[in-house]
Amino acid sequence: MPQPGLADTPSSLRPSPLRRLQRSLAPTVADGLLSLGLIALLLWVGLQLASWAIGRADWAVLQLNSMLLLVGRYPLAEQWRLWLLAGLLAVQAGLSWGLLRAWPRADRSLQGWLWPRHDRIAALCVGLLALLLPAALQLALPLQARWWLLAAALLALRWAAGRWGTRLHRHQLRLVGLLWPVLYLAGLWLIGGGLGLPRVASGDWGGLLLTLLLASFAMALSFPLGVLLALGRRSSLPLLRWGSVVYIEFIRGAPLITLLFIGQNILGFLLPSGLAPDRVWRAAWVLIFFAAAYLAEAVRSGLAAVPRGQLEAARSLGLSQAQALVQVVIPQALRVALPTMVGQFIALLQDTTLLSLIGLLDLLGTARGIMANPEFLGHSSELYLVLAVLYWGCCASLGLGSRALERRLDPRSEPTRG
Amino acid sequence: MKGFETVLRRLKALVPLALLLAASGCANDSGGGAGGGVAGGSGVRSAHMEAIRSRGQLSCGVDGQVAGFSSVGADGRYRGFDVDVCRAVAAALLGSGEKVEFRNLTATQRFPAVASGEVDLLSRNTTVTLGRDAPGGNGMSFAPVLFHDGVGVMVPVASGITNLAGLQGRPICLLSGATSEQALTDAMRRDNHSYVPLKFSTIDEMFGAYQQGRCAAASIDRSALAAQRTTFADPAAHRILPDVLSKEPLGPATAQADPAWADAVRWIVYALIEAEDQGITQANVKAKLAEARTNPKLADRRRFLGVEGNLGSQLGLPDDFVVKAITAVGNYGEIYSRNVGDGSPLKITPGPNRLWKDGGLLVSPPFR
Repeated sequence: MPQPGLADTPSSLRPSPLRRLQRSLAPTVADGLLSLGLIALLLWVGLQLASWAIGRADWAVLQLNSMLLLVGRYPLAEQWRLWLLAGLLAVQAGLSWGLLRAWPRADRSLQGWLWPRHDRIAALCVGLLALLLPAALQLALPLQARWWLLAAALLALRWAAGRWGTRLHRHQLRLVGLLWPVLYLAGLWLIGGGLGLPRVASGDWGGLLLTLLLASFAMALSFPLGVLLALGRRSSLPLLRWGSVVYIEFIRGAPLITLLFIGQNILGFLLPSGLAPDRVWRAAWVLIFFAAAYLAEAVRSGLAAVPRGQLEAARSLGLSQAQALVQVVIPQALRVALPTMVGQFIALLQDTTLLSLIGLLDLLGTARGIMANPEFLGHSSELYLVLAVLYWGCCASLGLGSRALERRLDPRSEPTRG
Repeated sequence: MKGFETVLRRLKALVPLALLLAASGCANDSGGGAGGGVAGGSGVRSAHMEAIRSRGQLSCGVDGQVAGFSSVGADGRYRGFDVDVCRAVAAALLGSGEKVEFRNLTATQRFPAVASGEVDLLSRNTTVTLGRDAPGGNGMSFAPVLFHDGVGVMVPVASGITNLAGLQGRPICLLSGATSEQALTDAMRRDNHSYVPLKFSTIDEMFGAYQQGRCAAASIDRSALAAQRTTFADPAAHRILPDVLSKEPLGPATAQADPAWADAVRWIVYALIEAEDQGITQANVKAKLAEARTNPKLADRRRFLGVEGNLGSQLGLPDDFVVKAITAVGNYGEIYSRNVGDGSPLKITPGPNRLWKDGGLLVSPPFR
């Protein structure tokens, strides 16, 4: 695939790098001083952090508890299922990523670049993380090797799909998108067991596994519910409208932690014993219902941004009300609402930390349990730092993904430089 | 007919609701005999114990985040003083200390979780108080106190402070919202001393400030003081004052609605203390049992270990429940030492947590 030059302007007209640096950092003397001060401050903080991380911090707590942080008390004998799932996810992610690059949007230039700049940075990050982090933590060699394999599978498939993806037929491309829900269900089966696999009770799921599982479950189900609620709120049927309004305002008026407490403590009284879903799923449903109310408002703002004429035009073309909504209005509304919705998803991911307050062993809860281990007392700083990095990584990748999606969905934008 | 059944089902659904009201302290009446066990002669019936047996697992509520009492090891295994109590009960009832499902509970969750039957046993360093025990309060049924804690004060040895009077007008680090704040204020006011409270929201922040020298002393439960001291660079440079500012007797609890189950837990807990009294340990329990079997003169031990009599079945437990419990976790002294005492990094001096004959507060009524 041809790789066009980075800039359209001839290089003779572009200012020298030094000049550009001066212009961006110190256009005036006062700005220059401010830049210098900030750079000094950042350097100082960075150096302090590095000297603490290398000199004083004791990373044994992480090295010994790495699997606990990742999967909680998941039985050792069954952990191969999670590695298998991680492998499948890496393959599917690499495949989808590569195909996105191989097939840019039809209404824009069909020229795809195999490795745009963002992709190169992301690939470098993935590779370095998989190589350096396990090595720095001195994990056992088989564990390190598994991380390398995962990263290698992801990047190799990303490359292969980007390289040869154009040979796939359009219909085959749709299948790749459909693979995600299938993979999700398969993941639930792999994690929970049943149908031939030994069961692993949800009480034993923990750490990053539980955080990501609950967050993704809540995102996947709160989205359709949120769209329905937003439509309900704009419905002309009074019962539907008022029902949606009451629901949304009730949920938005109550803090998540109270709803979680209600779900955990009071549901046990209301439902006959044995009928109530177990604690993990109860929390998951509370998260779904909570997130749906916020998403509904985001979607409603998107719906409000679609001009009335769109619906009327669609109806006058002979589409039914439902067809007009599904094919014309909702896609436009969702595109407008996308940044807000992703913001809600990121907030939802961070809200899962509240689960540790109701005694579930999500990433934060597991870390707190480790901090209480008498052998590792006084090592909370190391753990909190790692938590911060993990949560930041998850949220940042959500944000990056959403921005890529936004660019892709925006019909007005120029083809991206990547 | 069908309508009648529906009404009946609705009514049944309301019973736990009444229990909830009682548990949250809104009602003065306890909501009474819902699913309570009936004890009678040797055929003890307890809905709760039957449910645990059919489930094959004891559901035990712990904190999960208190050093020495309950935490998760690197192998994913729960360990701690409270955890061992759960395992002892599971072993006595089900024959194995591994048949436990641990649930982390927060302070606010713990009583509703017991009342709703979500956990069978609460072993979560819970202070026994009237309000928590009373039917008009939380409606718990407490097993004997297993850990006598109390609010204490820690000072740097170098400061030369040896009693509360030395803290007159000095800043003291506290955990906001903890009982220690109230206890310290009461104690200081009683002696007409004043102090400057510095409150922190987490225990890490609090001891961070203490180690930076921002306060002259730190005050919290003595077990937590001892636990945190082990993390200091030089633990010997800090002293825990002898003053105990409040009593915090911690004990396991079950729901009041099932007295037979509460009795069983109570006597399993007593058995841990009695085993220490009789010198029966995890290591020698087999030998002691064999000895008791062959020597009819050891009547006390024969009854205790279930060789003779039917003490266990009177409680609805196997007659050898003591042997099972001790085999699983050892006697009280062993549990203490392994988790919070000399055998652990915490090294909390037992103080009152010793047998009555050694000058402590622990005593078990006779097994007969």
